[in-house]
Amino acid sequence: MTDSYYGRPVLKAPVWEWYIPAYFFCGGTAGASATLALAARRAGNRPLARSATLAAAAGVTASFPLLVADLGRPGRFLNMLRVFKPTSPMSVGTWLLAEFGPAAGIAAASEVTGLLPRLGRWSGTAAGLLGPAVSTYTAVLVADTAVPAWHDARHHLPFVFAGSSAAAGGGLALAATPAAHAGPARRLAVAGAALELAATAAMEHGLGDETGAPYRTGRAAGLARAARAATVAGAALALAGRRRRAPAVAAGALLAAGSLLTRFAVAAAGHQSALDPAATVGPQRARLPST
Amino acid sequence: MGFFTDTSVCIGCKACEVACKEWNGVPSDGLDFLGSSYDNTGALGASTWRHVAFVEQQVDTGVRWLMSSDVCKHCTHAACLDVCPTGALFRTEFETVVVQSDVCNGCGYCVPACPFGVIDRREDDGRVWKCTLCYDRLKSDLTPACAKACPTESIQFGPVDELGERAARRLGTLASAGVPGARLYGADEGDGVGGTGAFFLLLDQPEVYGLPPDPVVTTRDLPAMWRTAAAAAVTLAGVVVAAVFGGRRR
Repeated sequence: MTDSYYGRPVLKAPVWEWYIPAYFFCGGTAGASATLALAARRAGNRPLARSATLAAAAGVTASFPLLVADLGRPGRFLNMLRVFKPTSPMSVGTWLLAEFGPAAGIAAASEVTGLLPRLGRWSGTAAGLLGPAVSTYTAVLVADTAVPAWHDARHHLPFVFAGSSAAAGGGLALAATPAAHAGPARRLAVAGAALELAATAAMEHGLGDETGAPYRTGRAAGLARAARAATVAGAALALAGRRRRAPAVAAGALLAAGSLLTRFAVAAAGHQSALDPAATVGPQRARLPST
Repeated sequence: MGFFTDTSVCIGCKACEVACKEWNGVPSDGLDFLGSSYDNTGALGASTWRHVAFVEQQVDTGVRWLMSSDVCKHCTHAACLDVCPTGALFRTEFETVVVQSDVCNGCGYCVPACPFGVIDRREDDGRVWKCTLCYDRLKSDLTPACAKACPTESIQFGPVDELGERAARRLGTLASAGVPGARLYGADEGDGVGGTGAFFLLLDQPEVYGLPPDPVVTTRDLPAMWRTAAAAAVTLAGVVVAAVFGGRRR
C-alpha cells in the first residue's frame, strides 16, 4: 500500500473530452485510407482507389471540428500555427494535418468532379505518403505525458494505433467497394485487425499489474472488451463473406466500431491511471533505492 | 530565481495562499469543507497556485503535524513547456516557466504532461493557469507575494544556487538536532526533471505530501517515441502495400 495525501491523485486527469479519441479514430482511419488509395491507384484498382480516397477526405473533414471543439478557446485554434515545435507531438500533428487535410480534400474533390486530374493525383500521392504518419503520431501524443498507463505503453501504442487505423481504413473500403475489387481492402482489414489485437495484448501485458490495472477495471476495461469483440467479429466476417456485399458492409462497420472503441479504451485508461495515486507513486517508489 | 520552501518551519497559516490570490487576482476555488485536517483547499490547480498541505500522523508521542506549502516547481526540464503547441508556455529571463494567457488556446496538453499535477484548465475560462512565480513582481525587483507574506520564512525566494546552499545548511542543522526524516526534494540537478526552481525541505517521503517520489519529464523519452512511431508508420505502409500488391494472382 503506497502512501498518498488523503488518497488524492498526484497527477491532473486529462481535460480532453470524447472529441479527442473520436479524432484519433477519424484521423487514423483517414491516414490509412489515403495510403490505401495511393497503393490501389498504383495497382490500377480504380474502384478501390475511389472509395479509399473518399474515406480519407471524410475522415479528415470530420477531424477538424473535433479538434477545434475540444479547445478551451476554440476561437484561438490558429494559435497552433504560431510555432513549429518538434518537442510537442500536438504541434507536429497540427502541421501534418495542415498538409494532409488539404491534400486528401483536393484528391477527393478531383475524384468526384473529374476536374484537375493531375492536381488530384498529385494530392492523392502526397496524402498517401503522409497517411501513415497521421495514423501513428497520435499514439506519441498520448504517450508523451506523465500518465503511467499512456507513457509506459509508449513502445506499443504506435502499433496499436497503426493496426487500429488499418483495420478501420480497410474495413470501410471493404464496405464501400464492389466485391470484385475489394480483395486488397479485405486483406488490409484483416491484417490491421490482427495487428491491433496483437499490439493491444502486448501493451496490456507489458504494462504489468500496477500500471496496466485500468485496462482490467472500470470503464476502460469494458471499452477494451467491446473493442476486442467488435474487431474479432469484424475480421471473421470479412474473411467469411467473400462474394456478397451485406457481410462486407457489416464487417466494415464492426471493424470501424472496434477501432473507435480501442481509442476510447486508451483514453479512459489514461483518465483512470492519472486519478490513481498508487499508479503514479508505486512504480516511481519501486525504482528508487529504499530510504 | 526560485523558491526554497522549508516545511520544517511552516505553521500552516495559509498566508501564502491568500497573498497569491490577492496579488494575482486568482478567482475563488470553491468554499469547501474537505474533511482532510485543516486543508480545505485540496490541491494545486488552475485557481490554486499555492496549496498548504496538512498531514496528521500517529507517532509514539501522539500526533505529528506536517505542513507544507506546495507550488509549481518551475522545472529545469519542464514537460508543460515542451508539449505546449502554441508557445504560450515559455521560459522567462528569470528561468521560471510562465503561461502567456493571451496566447493559450486551451488545448490542455500541458495538463497530463506535468509530472506534479500542477497546471490545470479553468473550465469557465478555457485556458490553463498556474503559478507565474510573480513574473510581474520579479520584473519590478519585488519578492513574490507568497514569500513576502510568509511569517516564518518557510518560503524563501532568491537565486536557486544560493537557496541550494541555504537548504543544505538547514538540512545539516536539522540532522545535528536529531530531526528524523528530513530531506531535500527537487534540489538535485540529476533528477528526472533536471532539478526544480522551486524545491523543498520535507520531513517525510514526498508521496506523504502528495508529491511524486521520482518525477521524470516525459519528453526525455520523446526521441525514442518518435522512432517507435516511425517503425509503426512503416509497418502500416508495409501492410497496405502487401495487401494491395501481395495478393494479386495472375
